[in-house]
Amino acid sequence: MDKIQIGEFIKSLDSDLEIKGGKQFTEVTVPPSKLHSLASQLREKEETSFDFLICITGVDYGHDLGIVYHIRSTKYGHTIVLKSRTADRENPVFDSVTDIWSGADLHEREAFDLLGIKFANHPDLRRLFLNSAWGFPLRKDYIDDDIITW
Amino acid sequence: MGIKGMKYEEFGDNESLELLRKSGSNVFLTTIDDVINWGRKNSLWPLTFATSCCGIEMMQTGAPKHDFARFGMEVYRASPRQADVIVVAGTIVKKMAPVLKRLYDEMSEPKYVVAMGACTITGGPFCELSYSVVNGVDQIIPVDVFIPGCPPRPQALLYGMLQLQRFIETETAESKKKRSASHSYK
Repeated sequence: MDKIQIGEFIKSLDSDLEIKGGKQFTEVTVPPSKLHSLASQLREKEETSFDFLICITGVDYGHDLGIVYHIRSTKYGHTIVLKSRTADRENPVFDSVTDIWSGADLHEREAFDLLGIKFANHPDLRRLFLNSAWGFPLRKDYIDDDIITW
Repeated sequence: MGIKGMKYEEFGDNESLELLRKSGSNVFLTTIDDVINWGRKNSLWPLTFATSCCGIEMMQTGAPKHDFARFGMEVYRASPRQADVIVVAGTIVKKMAPVLKRLYDEMSEPKYVVAMGACTITGGPFCELSYSVVNGVDQIIPVDVFIPGCPPRPQALLYGMLQLQRFIETETAESKKKRSASHSYK
């Protein structure tokens, strides 16, 4: 299916979703509460069968925190982008997709480590690179004492 | 010591070496010093230490095209107790800093440090806005020679090592004592 057909198919699954055609991929924005159910539908439905999670990226939009999933179907060869964001910076929680794509495990640990985004139902959510003395360095409001300012 | 920015013409010039030496010491002792320094500078054994891209350039300097075995740095010692010089080649991050300090402490006197590459001088391309890079290895250990470059060419690394050899050539017994004392803990 090409970009437009995928967009229409996903719109037919749930008409509240926001679908946009980006330059390369179709982008689907979904609220955090519907994320897990949409993701499992996208994997299981025969017409889409997204069985390969390329990457999970955590984003700090300034006021919101969000995550971006790039998923691909090895059967049909199409790729889409799934985006989700939350305005809660104190306790941002998204549903973990490790039960759908098991490769999400380390990506979600990295997002937790560097941005503080928590994932519910993750089998082992702990820091990957840093220790707890560092806060969450990739947040926009992270203060670093060591920075050289010329 | 006056080995800062030695001019190219002065490099093979023995008179400038004489000027750098302290004048008016015992002839017998200076001869012994000369022999000892000659032996030390021509067999500087580095510690195998490379973290990043500068490590690859250091490996290339040891490869046949720009060979540093002809200057005496033939043998890389894996144990810090047996090494004379540590060439810090590569970015030092905050997680690696205690390891580097520990390796440096374990080396036995006389020991020298060469900071190779921009990352070890000031943090390099990562000095601003990186949360994890130490801004210059001289925050952790005392450095003798800084070699700029990102990464420095093998010829530049050789120039730096030869500068270190010139520095060792001008050491006297007193200056060595002062150096060792400055390295030890109180």
